[in-house]
Amino acid sequence: MKVKSLADLKKIKAEVQEKIKLREQGENADKIVQIKVAMATCGIASGAKEIMSYMIEELDFRGVDAIVSQTGCMGYCYAEPTIEVIVPGQSPVIYGFVSKEKAKEIIEKHIVKGELVDGIIPVTFKTIDE
Amino acid sequence: MQELSLHILDIIQNSVRANATKIELNVTENPKSDQYLIEINDNGCGVDKETLELLCDPFFTTRTTRKVGMGISLFKHSAEQTGGTVEITSEAGKGTSLTASFSYSHIDRPAMGDIAGTMTLLIASYPQIHFIYNHHTPISDFEFDTNEVKAELEGVPINNAKIIKFLKELINDNLEMIEANLK
Repeated sequence: MKVKSLADLKKIKAEVQEKIKLREQGENADKIVQIKVAMATCGIASGAKEIMSYMIEELDFRGVDAIVSQTGCMGYCYAEPTIEVIVPGQSPVIYGFVSKEKAKEIIEKHIVKGELVDGIIPVTFKTIDE
Repeated sequence: MQELSLHILDIIQNSVRANATKIELNVTENPKSDQYLIEINDNGCGVDKETLELLCDPFFTTRTTRKVGMGISLFKHSAEQTGGTVEITSEAGKGTSLTASFSYSHIDRPAMGDIAGTMTLLIASYPQIHFIYNHHTPISDFEFDTNEVKAELEGVPINNAKIIKFLKELINDNLEMIEANLK
């Protein structure tokens, strides 16, 4: 078995550099989607780690420009794993009880096509006065 | 939690919230003396003596979104189930160290599990933090340092999905080399 070492990083580095260059020249430069996975004790115990790994892999596989990061507990411990999806120019949306299937649906519909998916925790609402 | 790597992911969140810029994880396997040691050191804000005593209390938290803080108490419970302990030392302004000792052979010791996933998810989320991960087994040692990776990358973001995937494979390969007991 060949054990990977830091020396093997060079090839991937060149590949990534090329991609970043293309992205900067592209028209979607400021349209990067942000996904925050709630990763406190409650989230981790409910499987948030697996969901986060899955989202990073799936988004990379589909070539979607997105930043997946962690956040703390948002107070929806009953609904973990929860994720917050922030599409530039739109209000943030929080999904609860996110399974791998749900995560796939969110990527396919919400992030790629812009359609909201079932499972939203209603937090960011506006009143008529606003 | 089912795996030690999940506990580690959870405990390191505390260091992140303490604004640490350098977080070190040491895992030492010692079947001869029947010990499985996990040590986490950070250079975060630390806590004072009074707070230190409250850390293992499941009803103590600094969060405002909920009233319980189970991370450390769950970890402690898990260690104590195997006859081990969790010890925390901290100095306000300097940082915190947590050492958990498990009995290596105890039937109730959870498996380490996907520690490579834990480290890479942390790196992906907090690329600015300097992470060090050392794993010692009777056969050999594996040392991983994000500063070395960043030097090699020369400005390419470490949290790029392809780099993260590579680092996960690198950690897993090396852990297999030193015959780390992850199961």
